[in-house]
Amino acid sequence: MKIHLDEQTIALRAAKEFADGSAVNLGYGMPVLCANFIPEERRIFFQSENGVLGYAGLATDEEKDYELINASDQPITPAPGMCFFDSSASFDMIRGGHIDTVVLGAYQVSETGDLANWGRPGRPATGMGGGMDLAVGARKVIVTMMHSTKEGKARIVKKCTYPLTARQCVSMIFTDIAVMQVTERGILLKELAPGWTAEEIQALTEPRLIIASDLKEIEL
Amino acid sequence: MAINKVFNSPDDAVADIFDGATVMIGGFGSFGGLPVNLIVALAHQGAKGLTIIANAGGAGFELSKRIKPEGYQDIGILFENRQVKKFIGSMPALGGMPPTSPLERLHNEGKVEIEMVPQGTLAERIRSGAGGIGGFYTPVGVGTVVEVGKEKKIIIGKEYILELPLTADFALIKAHKADTLGNLVYRGTARCFNPVMAMAAKVTIAEVDKLVETGELDPEVIVTPHVYVSRIVEVTG
Repeated sequence: MKIHLDEQTIALRAAKEFADGSAVNLGYGMPVLCANFIPEERRIFFQSENGVLGYAGLATDEEKDYELINASDQPITPAPGMCFFDSSASFDMIRGGHIDTVVLGAYQVSETGDLANWGRPGRPATGMGGGMDLAVGARKVIVTMMHSTKEGKARIVKKCTYPLTARQCVSMIFTDIAVMQVTERGILLKELAPGWTAEEIQALTEPRLIIASDLKEIEL
Repeated sequence: MAINKVFNSPDDAVADIFDGATVMIGGFGSFGGLPVNLIVALAHQGAKGLTIIANAGGAGFELSKRIKPEGYQDIGILFENRQVKKFIGSMPALGGMPPTSPLERLHNEGKVEIEMVPQGTLAERIRSGAGGIGGFYTPVGVGTVVEVGKEKKIIIGKEYILELPLTADFALIKAHKADTLGNLVYRGTARCFNPVMAMAAKVTIAEVDKLVETGELDPEVIVTPHVYVSRIVEVTG
């Protein structure tokens, strides 16, 4: 049976990439779920572009304080060492390469790592928020997304047709069926969801995939 | 003797905002750091043809109930009132929401112009305006629609675009505490765009949770020095 990972499980897998002690920014949607999957022994300093570094996680209804929120308008909880700063300092931190990893959602990723994650056809007023700054400035850009559109079209494409967020910025892609790495030679297929073959993933992916010599089932 | 900056009500504090003014509004997204009382006062005051510079375009009261069940007021009310001709910001509409925010609706009808600015570029354009800088080169937006019509430059092998400063006639901001001179401190993530906007307008109007006597704020933790602040209104609730 072919398994499609749900959003929580994709976030769990992506969160395994965060190095102990690193500064990580989580984008709107699926990426913020990563905050729930940090092992006890690792300290991750979550940065949110509205001006906080080092919050603990998402707040429950009882804990919520609307002056302690992340950039997705979700109430968060404090942790020792947490600090606040204004928007210009926050984006110096982001643009200047001081954030280790950002996790972003995407409509499309191209084979060269171009990212399209903000503009939608028919929605000209939808903005990019801090996505462009994060995609350009973070040291490592990770994407979490569904592998195909609801209509079954590929989201991993030869060339993005949606408005670009930034060129050649994505390094890893985590989907409901695969884990991939963007390399200079193209997209490397590294892990598969249970029940899938490389050929089946390729059929749902526009560019030609490079198959890792140690291709394996997604490790959770 | 310092001049009196303390106003009795949000209505008094925004009374002279004129038709066609450029107004920065602090905060970040839907709530937390938004100067809600000043926004509502500006809606009552009724100035028209405004250019609003803010990070987000707001949800409007109806749509806000999808985010916070009891609903809340935000910048959306200024669009509902048809007071705005142009919006400059990074998140005019909420991508995850249906296209029913007041700004998105009016923009789709061709009634409000939008200038879309990446969030960090927005903050830096405001800081440039505040600090007397004529603009800056940034890599953000290269290869995207943001670069259209802008000067490009290669600096040490990397591509950049020129972005220009932003200033305003008025800034409406939210702080946690002010002293009577106008020194400000903030609380939590409600800081966001407030300090940088406070520095970039001819007249900065701050609504604060608490007004204290001069000398009561620790000089080591003051974020916005009083020279930037023209008016202070204490609000409750």
